[in-house]
Amino acid sequence: MTDSEKLDRAFRTTLGLMDEVDLGETAYGRTDGWDSIAHMQLVAAIETAFGIMMDTEDVVAMSSYRVARRILRDNHDLDLDA
Amino acid sequence: MTSTSTLSGRVAYVTGSTRGIGNAIARLFASHGAAVVVNGRQSAAAIAALAEELTAEAGSPCIGVHADQRDPEAVKQAYAKIFSTYGRLDILVNNAGILEDALLGMIPETSIGDTFDVNAIALIRNMQIAARLMRRGRAGSIINISSIMGIHGNPGEVVYAASKAAVIGMTKAAAKELAPTGIRVNAIAPGFIDTDMTRSIPRAAFEERLASIGMGRIGRPEDVATVALFLASDAASYVTGQVIGVDGSMVV
Repeated sequence: MTDSEKLDRAFRTTLGLMDEVDLGETAYGRTDGWDSIAHMQLVAAIETAFGIMMDTEDVVAMSSYRVARRILRDNHDLDLDA
Repeated sequence: MTSTSTLSGRVAYVTGSTRGIGNAIARLFASHGAAVVVNGRQSAAAIAALAEELTAEAGSPCIGVHADQRDPEAVKQAYAKIFSTYGRLDILVNNAGILEDALLGMIPETSIGDTFDVNAIALIRNMQIAARLMRRGRAGSIINISSIMGIHGNPGEVVYAASKAAVIGMTKAAAKELAPTGIRVNAIAPGFIDTDMTRSIPRAAFEERLASIGMGRIGRPEDVATVALFLASDAASYVTGQVIGVDGSMVV
């Protein structure tokens, strides 16, 4: 499984998103179910999927799927395009 | 209540564990099967030696992290080391603390900042990162060390008492917030415990405090450690948001 597929699975599983949902449009507070509690569950799912520990600043800054990809690519050297 | 394997397979991080109450907790946890992460700020060599000693005595793979709890980056790096070594964390004991007595009007500004940094703010930083590691296992126990002074106060300890009262507030709030995730958060409020900290006070004050203890003796660090063991164990699996006094009926 590629890094991109792992990330997508973490998002869809944690937030309960169907395949039809465009992940690129998902954002904290705007996407149904992505509230503060789900956010921490999402972080845990991402950390588990990649075996990493995110900085608190990155957890707070991870406001959308697109931002998550950028943070994980830039700060954890994962194979994710912007 | 407990066996020597009570904490078998668990990873426990005890801040400020080179001496006193933290040291007693680290030793007791290791003797009950936990892999203990010991911490201190004075000497990296001493911390490493303590970790080796616990590993040899108890058989659990213990490690040491040299981190000053006032330094946010050092706190963060400690968890990076825990994560890279064990990949998990089950128990956090927020024990590191300082006490600088001073009467109102004579409290140095630096003392206010240092006391709150170590006794309160660092605990929040630790809980914040520890809870994220614990969420993965959907279980965990956070034990914050407060003080009887955080409940009742004492002359000359306005700053210390305020910082330890903060510990109680954060414990109750975190317990409510983390309950749905299976992570328990409790506090221990020790009374007059026989440590380097309490031995440093003037003899007359020492005797006065001793006389205020209903049970007629000073507490031992092990008296606190056994309560911490209970809170860390499955025996306390339905206990959260509590402040447990360990004070021998001390009257402040």
